[in-house]
Amino acid sequence: MEKILVGLKRVVDYNVRVQVKSDGSGVETDGVKMSINPFDEIALEEAMRIKERGDASEVIVISIGSSDSQQQLRTGLAMGADRAILVESEVPMDALTVARVFSAIIERESVDLVILGKQAIDDDNSQTGQMLAAVWGRPQATFASEVTFKGDTARVTREVDAGLETIEIDLPAVITVDLRLNEPRYVKLPDIMKAKKKPLDQIPVTDLGIENGPQIKVMTFEPPQDRQRGIMVDDVAGLVAALKDKGLV
Amino acid sequence: MTKVLVIAEHNGAVLNPSTAKCVACAADINGAEIDIAVLGATVSDVAAEAALISSVGRVRTIEREENDPAIAAILAPQVTALAADYSHIFGPSTAFGKDLMPRVAALLGVNQISDIMSVEGSHRFKRPIYAGNSIVMVEAPAEVTLVATVRTASYQAAEGRNSAAIESADIEVELPQHTRFVEVQTGQSGRPDLQSAAKVVSGGRALGSEENFEIIYKLADELGAAIGSSRAAVDAGYVPPETQVGQTGQIIAPDLYIAIGISGAIQHITGIKDAGTIVAINKDEEAPIFEVSDIGLVGDLFRIVPELTDAIG
Repeated sequence: MEKILVGLKRVVDYNVRVQVKSDGSGVETDGVKMSINPFDEIALEEAMRIKERGDASEVIVISIGSSDSQQQLRTGLAMGADRAILVESEVPMDALTVARVFSAIIERESVDLVILGKQAIDDDNSQTGQMLAAVWGRPQATFASEVTFKGDTARVTREVDAGLETIEIDLPAVITVDLRLNEPRYVKLPDIMKAKKKPLDQIPVTDLGIENGPQIKVMTFEPPQDRQRGIMVDDVAGLVAALKDKGLV
Repeated sequence: MTKVLVIAEHNGAVLNPSTAKCVACAADINGAEIDIAVLGATVSDVAAEAALISSVGRVRTIEREENDPAIAAILAPQVTALAADYSHIFGPSTAFGKDLMPRVAALLGVNQISDIMSVEGSHRFKRPIYAGNSIVMVEAPAEVTLVATVRTASYQAAEGRNSAAIESADIEVELPQHTRFVEVQTGQSGRPDLQSAAKVVSGGRALGSEENFEIIYKLADELGAAIGSSRAAVDAGYVPPETQVGQTGQIIAPDLYIAIGISGAIQHITGIKDAGTIVAINKDEEAPIFEVSDIGLVGDLFRIVPELTDAIG
């Protein structure tokens, strides 16, 4: 295949404990470390491996958002992507609109394969890949833990509740990746220098003529109800007694 | 008028409990009429099971060879064809529903609400974001079909001895040929299913090896419990991925959850916070798991777990 497109979402770093703002208007993101969504890093690593073993000739990374997302795209270029596209939008975008934006870029670029994370760790929606596949009218292989290619088809092993399911899909297609697919590479300093010279196109979202999806509005944010800390027991006998008290053994 | 279509999850032979949990969620909407759609090759047994669920008006079946085993790209256009009769379409937030429902939503040209944890109105729901660090109330537009997944851990399966009508749904849609099922490999443990088990025994990185997990299996078998694990234990290769509990694994709500050698990262806690009773066994008394556990025991799991297994045997 020729081109692989990989989505990179800028999200609050995995290690940050996210707090709801005291006025309930959102979560605290000021001064918080931002990173590539960890699943998207796995998606990019997989795309690089496919290219490196000769199954694809170009890897393009894409992000949608403000100019801040350039940072994540540069990291993607340092990981080895050939070029980057930033679709500029100042407002947060719903999943269906994101799918439509990706679809418009796919048409411009004649992409053969799209690899995305199975979910973003901010909104935890797990929707974009499936929606893109529907909008594009192409196969989806979600929650992938193994991907191989043969001619114009891909064999994808998926992590499902019952175990591991394998499906075969015709290309072009959308794959969303799970944690066990690979371990993303570390970026080295020379790669970061090289990445600065790679092309990063900026396209205003308004140039794409996309119709926004019907919006689901977020009305309020609240912290979760925490569980109360319970009792500590000294030994197994104490544990068994406590379980018996609750009628659990 | 609220009319909800719940998409049944099943394996061709039995209905998954996630379906009755979706019905329980739908029944929380005032005045909702609820139908269940069962898609498969031969679905009479599954449909009969679905017809027993209380609050259900009709069970609508679509029998086609291509529907077994379920593939999202093949089911989605059939679900979409039924959508015109409904204001809401619900599926479970299991691997099945997460795969299928966004495809349905996009085919209908709407967005989706993922992981409903409570109903606040016919178009208002609460759901978790940021691994459960925040709960948001969302509102979907009333003029379009509302597609959602239900966070099954937030609901008890709707019960009852109902006898809903079972009807074959007559739809004509062309199905895509581009996606083909190859095989499924399941861990044939003979233990209860993690999603629906009343008791779960879960092991973490502190187990140290695949062999050492044997003590977890023995305790689980003594309790009749399912096996769970932390991401660290799965990443280390001690247990298969379908055992992983947490933000990116399974979200569960058993009556009893025993966390052994699991420190309790927020990503893990979010998968268990609806459990009835959480027991934590960990050698580190500072481990965050003790902040959410109902019963905590500090000590060496390699000594405690066999002793506990003997004590309840």
